[in-house]
Amino acid sequence: MIRIDHIHKSFNGFSVLKGVSFQVGRGEIFALIGGSGHGKSVILKHIVGLTKPDQGHVFVDGKDICHLKGEDLEEIRGRMGFLFQNGALFTSFTVYENVAFPLREKTNLGEKEIRQRVLAQIEQVGLSGAENKYPAELSGGMIKRTALARALIRKPGIMLFDEPTTGLDPIIAHTILDLIQSLHQHLGFTAIIVSHELSRIFRIAHKVAMLNEGTIWTMGTPEEILSSEDPIVRQFISGATEGPIKLY
Amino acid sequence: MLWIIKLGELSLFTLQRMGRMGLFIVRAFLCATTPPFKYSWVIKQIWFIGSQSILVIFLTGAFSGMVLGLQGFYTLNRFGSVALLGPMVALSLIKELGPVLSALMVTGRAGSAITAEIGIMRTSEQIDAIELMGLNPFRYLIVPKLIAGIISLPLLTAIFDVVGIFGGYLIGGKILGVGEGTYFGEMANYVKMKDVLEGIYKSLSSGILITWVCCYKGYYAGFGAEGVSKATTQAVVLSSVLILFWDYIMTSLLF
Repeated sequence: MIRIDHIHKSFNGFSVLKGVSFQVGRGEIFALIGGSGHGKSVILKHIVGLTKPDQGHVFVDGKDICHLKGEDLEEIRGRMGFLFQNGALFTSFTVYENVAFPLREKTNLGEKEIRQRVLAQIEQVGLSGAENKYPAELSGGMIKRTALARALIRKPGIMLFDEPTTGLDPIIAHTILDLIQSLHQHLGFTAIIVSHELSRIFRIAHKVAMLNEGTIWTMGTPEEILSSEDPIVRQFISGATEGPIKLY
Repeated sequence: MLWIIKLGELSLFTLQRMGRMGLFIVRAFLCATTPPFKYSWVIKQIWFIGSQSILVIFLTGAFSGMVLGLQGFYTLNRFGSVALLGPMVALSLIKELGPVLSALMVTGRAGSAITAEIGIMRTSEQIDAIELMGLNPFRYLIVPKLIAGIISLPLLTAIFDVVGIFGGYLIGGKILGVGEGTYFGEMANYVKMKDVLEGIYKSLSSGILITWVCCYKGYYAGFGAEGVSKATTQAVVLSSVLILFWDYIMTSLLF
């Protein structure tokens, strides 16, 4: 369903990705882990076509997204949902208007049906009662939930989560990951999650890849990663400050 | 040799930025002339750029007209031509001061806000979010502002001119004693449709210029608060300089 094929990417002469390749099957939850600044978010932006690789290809449902433009690109993006690190909510819109926006702009549904779907989605992420609040009035967890509701409202086949738990306390962070897991069971989307919430991620992911120095350092099931003897993997999982991982 | 390399790099960089800015306005006009049209977004922007600028335009217009009335009266009095005060005030306002000062005021009040708003949307990934919904951000963020600028600037300039003319009359007529009939009557004799059109053309082009520069600077704002503040400053400075430069070009072409 998603195939990353030897992508290289540099920014201002600094090489971020150096030949990254992996594949994610339909309905899988794929976790991307690794230190800050190692290019995890850059990979997600390649998958949705916001960033183009210097070399290599990104295939989504068999189509090379790097060469798509106009309506073809819009069509494939319409099948994807993206949860941004900070939510990226429209600050002048209420929760309801934020969630309704993709339906109003990309479908021909009537306002009555939009209302039903939006309210159901808001309820599904546990935000009933907050429909008329503006993003400035929401807590970090509520912003993430609203962004999640907006990303899911068009029932995408692929969901990309860019650090969905960053900046949240451990309880809210676990609630968000539990929510993602239950929505995945309910809706069956393919998911790629970039996260540092390792204990919970290892519990919900089918496959985990660790990014280091711009390459996929290791990849496998959560059990394989957890039992790895590789010093870099061990240091990252244990969170030790001393070790072979380069800090950025 | 190093300075030649640096000069070459700078030239290429400037050329690339100018090209990007040119493509930006072409893309905006293409989106503005093809459906779907976002009427409600345009109305919101007319309210923001146009209606909310009326007070500042009113005040600037009134004081500009009053100063012109005062200066004009004493200058014309030296030549015994105070009867021409009305046409002098009207022509100065309609052809030059109205379009230019209105544009500068709108740049300061609305242009800076446009850059900051779009810049913050860029840095907080709201523009990326629109793109990822399969939507064109130009239709929602740039086109409504461009159209609102084109509609609002000539109307604001007209308000500026009318208020300024009455401001000039308040000083020249009511305080310094130029007759009402002389002030307005001579105006009708000397101000031609061509002069009014010159002012309209200038304000129309200012409407495009301000929204173009301010939207562009916001859309490509750098990272974080510093990037947005830098973009806002650049937008106001560049718009103001271009307004005056373009005013000179238009005046020399339309004369």
